[in-house]
Amino acid sequence: METEGSLAFWMYRLDSWAWLLFETANMAALATLAGAGAALLLAFPAARNLGAGRVLNPLARRLLEAMRTVPEIVFALIFVWAFGVGPLAGILAIAVHTAGACGKLFAESIENTGLGAWAGVRSAGGGWAQACRFAILPQVAPSLLSYALLRFEINLRSASVIGFVGAGGIGEELYKVIAFNYYEEISAILLLVILAVFAIDLLSERLRHRVIGAMR
Amino acid sequence: MGLRQVAALEQDVAAWMGARGMLELRGLTRRFGATVAVDHVDLDVPAGQMVGIIGRSGAGKSTLLRMINRLETPSSGQILSGGRDVTALEGRGLREWRRDCAMVFQQFNLVQRLDVLTNVLIGRLAWQRGWRSLMVLVGARFTAEERAMALAALDRFGLAETALQRAETLSGGQQQRVALCRALLQQPRLVLADEPIASLDPRNAQLVMDALRDVNRHDGLTVLVNLHHLDTARQYCDRIVAMQAGRIVFDGTPAALTPERVRAVYGITEQEFAAEAEARRRAAEPAPVTLAVA
Ligand SMILES: Nc1ncnc2c1ncn2[C@@H]1O[C@H](COP(=O)(O)OP(=O)(O)OP(=O)(O)O)[C@@H](O)[C@H]1O
Ligand SMILES: [Mg+2]
Repeated sequence: METEGSLAFWMYRLDSWAWLLFETANMAALATLAGAGAALLLAFPAARNLGAGRVLNPLARRLLEAMRTVPEIVFALIFVWAFGVGPLAGILAIAVHTAGACGKLFAESIENTGLGAWAGVRSAGGGWAQACRFAILPQVAPSLLSYALLRFEINLRSASVIGFVGAGGIGEELYKVIAFNYYEEISAILLLVILAVFAIDLLSERLRHRVIGAMR
Repeated sequence: MGLRQVAALEQDVAAWMGARGMLELRGLTRRFGATVAVDHVDLDVPAGQMVGIIGRSGAGKSTLLRMINRLETPSSGQILSGGRDVTALEGRGLREWRRDCAMVFQQFNLVQRLDVLTNVLIGRLAWQRGWRSLMVLVGARFTAEERAMALAALDRFGLAETALQRAETLSGGQQQRVALCRALLQQPRLVLADEPIASLDPRNAQLVMDALRDVNRHDGLTVLVNLHHLDTARQYCDRIVAMQAGRIVFDGTPAALTPERVRAVYGITEQEFAAEAEARRRAAEPAPVTLAVA
């Protein structure tokens, strides 16, 4: 039977690719969660308006800068070397970069909130962390969540290529087929990645608007 | 211990605090660069007094109250309470002092996106420590007693129905009373109110002033309130302190602050003083939505 040129021939490894795509999406989700979590903790000391202190504030700012200026692929190479080939290295690499990128946006968001509520909590004897939690967080939560979801879309793209250096996900497979000049496979995987990113972009955008709408 | 005994004990404590001075300011000074916002202020406030602080814009009223709460650091001088120096407190001690002297602000300073109940419960933060403080920090879960306290405070000022609404949905007058509930949950000895009615319409202003007086009369709390309406100060306060350019220029009973005295102290008539205050209130109010007809 002549199958060459048919859709079944083109997508003959769809099952394993689908699995790899799923792994890629999971990497992006985990990395976003961990990165945004770290960003949240660092953004409060990094914000200029909360008086985090002459040591803590510059420290947090420099740390965020370092995390976001170094490209993900460099972190991935380091983590592959440290933890071996696999998704863990990819997740960590994306998470670190996410912490840096989101941390800056989070800190800016914090700097743009009024300090009335802050004075209210501090004047009542609330501590620094308590004031962050009760006076600032509720005010910035919608924009922080929106940034984090937007970052998830970006991270999905990063997760699809970070496998090039052995850091897990569909990128590893893509790298392999490119190396062997398997043109059908290359086009098939690229199409799948584009479709997946497109679908998740749409979903995430809907989710973002619903979350923000609900929180307003 | 019966309720009567508790009341008697509280009176003893109050008498003792009164004897030592609920609040004593000694040469309290605050400079901002070249301006001296508060200039060597000496003031003794016995427990249970309701003191009105008046003065024109820039007289240093806000700075004075903010220094007492230590939101502003004094440049020199001392703040004493019950004979204890609180000028240089730090860390836990400072937080406990702030808990003892609750602030009420002109702009209410509530967390707009939080519900009213949680806003009131913020007054409990300084009472929590260690493990409980951490639990509240992570989960925002206050105890049933604390929530009952908050509800009782809200109910006292007719705000119980609003408990689960966001603070931003309340009118200014309601927000200010919520802020007063937050202050009460601190279980303070002193209430420092910085122009609490300056952004309110006359009716709400009266509600808030009545609430402040109630807190003073029934809970026995010492109240220091910045006002820029002389009439309000005369109507509600036991004692009036007038400030000008950072100094105290008058300190006495409302009856002693005659129009002649006002004129002597400020160089303007009482009507002019009132007009100035009204203009400031207008400026502080959010602009009314009107359709301009050219
Ligand atoms: N953070 C600050 N930095 C610089 N100058 C300040 C600061 N806060 C207050 N001042 C100055 O200190 C003086 C006293 O200000 P303050 O706000 O205490 O006056 P006030 O009596 O409360 O006036 P108002 O009725 O307008 O509220 C003013 O000249 C003001 O410009
Ligand atoms: Mg003021």
